[in-house]
Amino acid sequence: MTALTTRLPARFLPVLATVVLFVITFGAGSLRYDGFASGQVIANLFIDNAFLIVLAAGMTFVILSGGIDLSVGSVVALSTMVTAAGLRAGWPVPLVIIAVLLIGSTLGLLMGVVIHKFDIQPFIVTLAGMFLARGLCFLISVESVSIKDATFREVATAVIELPGGVTITYNVVIALLVVLAALYVLHRTRFGRTVYAVGGNEQSALLMGLPTARTKVGVYVISGFCSALAGLLFSLYMLSGYGLHAVGMELDAIAAVVIGGTLLAGGLGYVLGSLAGVLVLGTIQTLISFQGTLSSWWTKIVIGALLLVFIAVQRGMIRGRRRQAAVAS
Amino acid sequence: MKNRLLWPILALVALLLLNLVVTPSFFALRIQDGHLYGGLVDVLKNGAPTLLIAIGMTLVIATRGIDLSVGAVAAIAAAVTCVHIGTSPDAGTALAGMAIALVLCAALGLWNGFLVAGLGIQPIIATLVLMTAGRGIAMLVTEGQIITVNNDAYRQVGAGFVVLPVSILISLAVLGLVALTTRKTALGMLIEAVGVNPEASRLAGVRSRTIIWTVYVFAAVCAGIAGLMISSNVSAADANSNGLWIEMDAILAVVIGGTSLAGGRYSLTGTLLGSLIIQTLTTTVYTIGVAAEVTLVFKAVVVITVCLIQSPKARAALSFRKVAVS
Repeated sequence: MTALTTRLPARFLPVLATVVLFVITFGAGSLRYDGFASGQVIANLFIDNAFLIVLAAGMTFVILSGGIDLSVGSVVALSTMVTAAGLRAGWPVPLVIIAVLLIGSTLGLLMGVVIHKFDIQPFIVTLAGMFLARGLCFLISVESVSIKDATFREVATAVIELPGGVTITYNVVIALLVVLAALYVLHRTRFGRTVYAVGGNEQSALLMGLPTARTKVGVYVISGFCSALAGLLFSLYMLSGYGLHAVGMELDAIAAVVIGGTLLAGGLGYVLGSLAGVLVLGTIQTLISFQGTLSSWWTKIVIGALLLVFIAVQRGMIRGRRRQAAVAS
Repeated sequence: MKNRLLWPILALVALLLLNLVVTPSFFALRIQDGHLYGGLVDVLKNGAPTLLIAIGMTLVIATRGIDLSVGAVAAIAAAVTCVHIGTSPDAGTALAGMAIALVLCAALGLWNGFLVAGLGIQPIIATLVLMTAGRGIAMLVTEGQIITVNNDAYRQVGAGFVVLPVSILISLAVLGLVALTTRKTALGMLIEAVGVNPEASRLAGVRSRTIIWTVYVFAAVCAGIAGLMISSNVSAADANSNGLWIEMDAILAVVIGGTSLAGGRYSLTGTLLGSLIIQTLTTTVYTIGVAAEVTLVFKAVVVITVCLIQSPKARAALSFRKVAVS
């Protein structure tokens, strides 16, 4: 164990803890229920949470930079609405996709600019964004709009056969591509390094000559883009657009990021952790549905408890590091 | 101070005038069976829970905190009381149920205070825990059902009248009480001191932690009473929808009223104005005949406008332009 801890830097520990937690919850499920440990159950974890994976990836950027984005759930709803309404009006599918991604990114850009230019808390600006996006949904239609477009339905129901008889949807492929792209941007580009730097200490980043303004606005554009993309995946999943879709999904995304070990103060965390966080949340839901007698609200209570544990652990880590720093100096 | 409240006042007056144009009878008040009815009374009655939660939120925000769990706490209070009352029409049972609910809310507030002041966790995240788990707890209490009660004593809290609606009288009484205790004693200044710099105030001999615990407990109790009002108004507890998004409305009311989210200064008058603006906005959208859900768009516009007006950077940019023009 000591060999492991000396080889692994302490910053990887929260992510490792999440992965271990995922293995434990999944293992417990497989021991307890027949048919839990099948490849398809794992594949379903990805299928049912593809949109949440994309959202959590975008949210990771924002939280790493020290901000927060409450608008993501509403932007998902708006995207499903624009998709459904656009297709109903007879727009071609590519045009709908471009329109949705543009709307999401523009909303993100607007929020980022207001946050940075006018120095207003991200919390309140994205709260306004949340209201705006949800209100716009209802401006388009108060009712749920179903998607009847043939091409769209074909993509939604198409499955990819994996070896072992396991099937996944295109949603899963897109979600995993987003995670890969996020990994690349965060760890292999200048922008990614700046996100970490701004989250660690904005003043220092600024004094080092890093483009903090562009980065701070950029993370909200990324989050807006990811929300729109997640909205597209969600409309593929639900095959309808509705203003009450994805209510409270921003909390799930934030919870996944936090459980994934990302520090809410910014500057520390990994996209892979957020992916593991989403999988943990998904496994808990699967466990509760397999159990059968436990009601759905237990999911919320368990997620709340998990959040608490991870926050407490993070808190302990920060205190530990401060003590080490104090001893070293 | 006057200057800071000028914009909220103007916004409220503009909204009220708009209502007058759309429905000329908006300001008409009439007395029926000793109860006061009218458009303004409706605004006050429907705005009472938000106002009450916003008062608690004002003090929390003044200490540089935030409480996201108030909506869930309101749902828990409603659930506990209605489950305790059950089918009993007895006034005593109603009172006991409310007392149990409020004690529980105080305990939840203690929990939030423990996470923030005891463990030193960021308030947004600390209260996010209860926001997520709280609704689950409320559903656990009601077993996922909507609990309807038929209890006259309980109905009084949210739907009763003593000339004015009882709910708004409760909210205004709490507002008056808080204004007296924080502005006539040093408590308000101590709260602001904690908001400016908790560490410095602690070193200066202020009991920062105790103050932070107190404001979270107070916010939770306010949320509990608001939850009772909401559920008593319809004589039912719905763990899913009671107090949903009310934390956002309350935070908006506080921010519109000029209290800075950065902590360190607060205005109770501002919060009162902010709550009235939000409720009048909702009522206006109803009376104009736009779909109720579209209120959200107007809320977004109001929030951003008010925040921009209050932002020093936006002001600086504006005044710079004025100078350049002249």
